[in-house]
Amino acid sequence: MTYIKPKFRHPLLQKNEVGYTKSDYEGAISTLCGGCGHDSISAGIVQACYEINLEPHRLAKLSGIGCSSKTPAYFLSNSHGFNSVHGRMPSVATGANMANRELIYLGVSGDGDSASIGMGQFVHVIRRNLNMLYIVMNNGCYGLTKGQHSATADAGSTSKEGVTNPFQAIDLVSLALELGATYVARSFSGDKSQLVPLIKAGLAHSGFALIDVVSPCVTFNNKPDSTKSYDYVRHHLEATSTIDFVPIKKAIEVEYDTERAVRLHDGSYLQLHKLAPNWDPTDRISAVNRLDEARKQGQILTGLLYVDPESKDIHTLEKTTARPLNTLREVDLCPGAEVLEGINGRFR
Amino acid sequence: MEATNIHDPEYFHKVVDCQYACPAHTPVPEYIRLIAAERYTDAYMINWESNVFPGILGRTCDRPCEPACRRGRVEEEPVAICRLKRVAADNKDEVMHLMPTIPQEKNGKKIALIGGGPASLTVARDLAPLGYEIHLYDEWYKGGGMMRTQIPAFRLPESVLDEEVGYILNMGIHTHFNHYVSSMKEVLDMDYDAIFVGTGAPKGRDLHLPGREEGAANIHIGIEFLANVAFEHTNKIGRKVIVLGGGNTAMDCCRTSRRLGGDEVKVVVRSPFEDMKASPWEIQDAIREDIPIKNNMPPKEFVVENGHLKGIIFEKVRAEYDANGRRSLVSTGEPDEFIEADDVIIAIGQDNAFPWVERDLGIEFGKWDIPVLNKKTFQSTLPKVFFGGDAAFGPENIITAVAHGHQAAISIDLFCQGKDLVQDRPAPMTNLVNQKMGIHEWSYDSFVTVDERFLVPHADKVVSLQNRKVEVELGFDASTAFKEAQRCLNCDVQTVFETNKCIECDACVDICPTACITFTVNGEEADLRTRLSAPANNTSQDLYVSEILPTGRVMIKDEDVCLHCGLCAERCPTAAWDMHKYLYQVTKACKVW
Repeated sequence: MTYIKPKFRHPLLQKNEVGYTKSDYEGAISTLCGGCGHDSISAGIVQACYEINLEPHRLAKLSGIGCSSKTPAYFLSNSHGFNSVHGRMPSVATGANMANRELIYLGVSGDGDSASIGMGQFVHVIRRNLNMLYIVMNNGCYGLTKGQHSATADAGSTSKEGVTNPFQAIDLVSLALELGATYVARSFSGDKSQLVPLIKAGLAHSGFALIDVVSPCVTFNNKPDSTKSYDYVRHHLEATSTIDFVPIKKAIEVEYDTERAVRLHDGSYLQLHKLAPNWDPTDRISAVNRLDEARKQGQILTGLLYVDPESKDIHTLEKTTARPLNTLREVDLCPGAEVLEGINGRFR
Repeated sequence: MEATNIHDPEYFHKVVDCQYACPAHTPVPEYIRLIAAERYTDAYMINWESNVFPGILGRTCDRPCEPACRRGRVEEEPVAICRLKRVAADNKDEVMHLMPTIPQEKNGKKIALIGGGPASLTVARDLAPLGYEIHLYDEWYKGGGMMRTQIPAFRLPESVLDEEVGYILNMGIHTHFNHYVSSMKEVLDMDYDAIFVGTGAPKGRDLHLPGREEGAANIHIGIEFLANVAFEHTNKIGRKVIVLGGGNTAMDCCRTSRRLGGDEVKVVVRSPFEDMKASPWEIQDAIREDIPIKNNMPPKEFVVENGHLKGIIFEKVRAEYDANGRRSLVSTGEPDEFIEADDVIIAIGQDNAFPWVERDLGIEFGKWDIPVLNKKTFQSTLPKVFFGGDAAFGPENIITAVAHGHQAAISIDLFCQGKDLVQDRPAPMTNLVNQKMGIHEWSYDSFVTVDERFLVPHADKVVSLQNRKVEVELGFDASTAFKEAQRCLNCDVQTVFETNKCIECDACVDICPTACITFTVNGEEADLRTRLSAPANNTSQDLYVSEILPTGRVMIKDEDVCLHCGLCAERCPTAAWDMHKYLYQVTKACKVW
């Protein structure tokens, strides 16, 4: 019995600008079921990080509990990581981010971890606009406990056991828009050409970025009458636009006069093509309307839904120190009696 | 591109690079696995069926398989295929009882084989079990041909040669040794139903330079020198020896000279080191025996004083290549160099020679006096006469001679039955079998080891240089053989894709360690090669293209650096990918094992 990923890689693998090949962004071999959408999302994260020349040690990956939350073991094995309590990843991410704003934070969660046990944490992390990319690997079922319907399963969707879900689904992107999330997107694990640029832009976005990724559970929820099966999603997919992510370095060389481009806070761009009618990526109302329209037509609307290029993240809102806490020395924290006198003086 | 037709027997055959490169198409991974399983006898018999001389070839083969080995494309060195073959031969049990029984009652057809080398012996082995009466003629007193006369005993012990030649001669072959056939007409006048010519390339090339005649007593032709040593007509040579030539014969000559008293032996080659024709390992072995190789020095003149050879004057050149890669050797203008020598051996090539074939018999000869043959059937322009081995298309090697022998045997068998040599030729035997045993379990060892090629031990240099019969390479022991065998990537266990089962989940793309798999829209091959997950520059390796998938894309797998680790099949939820072992065997005139 062998289930070991060989050490050999393609001999012509290219290095990116920071000297890493794509294999340097890999993790351990996945123990999820073969064909799980989550593995494709992991591969999308690997590809995105490689292509944006991210140094692995600059990223922290955080997760809760569930199939989805196992995946940080399967990508970026040279990054920081924290596998937290079920539904509590946002708290840990908040703590980490407050302590060190220089790292890039990538949270990975599932529909159970976010829409059920972690719903309270999910809504508050959005409200605070924590600077992180939050990926939900959304398969509409509890794969780790034999595939019961989750809170994101659509009403009328049928599971492997043949039980039809009677309840309304929680739509995470609608919820996030309602709560004022500053970057909201939906994608499909089977469409890396869309997912990868969305991940890149999500990592570049300053503030809370949500990507809800429909990710079929190949073992428990890939039936033809499930609304989160490969076939169903492919047949009902509708995209707001196609997207290219243009990193800062290249951004100065590109012209934007013909098509819509959104400049992100860090100077990179999202270049959009073939925009859906009546939709403006920076207008929240148009995104809500477009989602509603798609829902009425039985479509699964994917792509970038909304982005606020002027987003102010929690550090800006809280006016926190610009430096990571671990770099603050005694002289910074206890500046001396003279400074204290000055502060006290302001209240006299 | 059109969808790949995996039912074409050549498609998966080509993926097994070693087997495809082998002229006899020996199923290499199949016997390497048997060696790992310590089933040496079975490994030997698979070889014997295919290449007839596993023990001999395990020491002397030109190894076209090794440069082809896929392992050499993912790391530095290929699998030591040839040395593993020897392990099977060295460790096998008694095999006589596994060999075909020869019918007492003959089929009434008589075949003459001219020359007792690998090509003729292969024809004999393939036809004797069918009841043919076979007569083998050779000028020497023992069979084996060039394997006996041109390969020194320190590379190939006589016992190994005798054993494997013996297996064939014991099949009731009528041998006519010490019988030089001097007239084809005489043979044709006898009542043979077919005649096979496997007389090799027996004429060593000479070098007509000033001083050649005067120094003749100490100037030798390479293959003649080696034959004289093999038959113990020559047992010493001068202290200072120059060997001219950069091929394997030159390497054998210089190393033989070291064992006959030559302690200042030099190889001088007119071309650059990189252009030398000798196998790299043979060059290494010569260098290890303190034989310097001097390059870019064409000989100008033999210096003979008072009837005694003194040495050779060499010119100094450099190689220049034109736009088409054609080489010319241009003088560097440096002064000529004189190198002293007591003896000179000329090993600059060999040619076919058919002075004994009368030219009015209907056997046509073409360019360079090579017989005109059908390239597939080896039939000459006189229907009952066939050629094979070096005699057919010029000097090659043992394994090519064996491959010719198999095909000539089929032709002779068809010819004797009055069948068409092309139309009635048998197709290769192929077999494609699923290897799945359970979850994470395949019937082959799919784990890919990172071990580097293992070195083979050598006999003590001082001892082996004193006795030309001491074999230098000692072969792998069982545990090293196992580790070396594990380096084999099992390229015969094929990744088979079934379009209609694929749900396009990307699991295979995501897991593949060498980024072989891509799902994309179809296009022309040149265009597709630019759009794959990883560079696909090796156009000698095929792209495996599926039918159109539901999303309108196709699956494309670049066969180039696939590790055959099975992870695509392992991760595939629907078994659209599966691992199937592909066995390809060249059909022989009869089933011998």
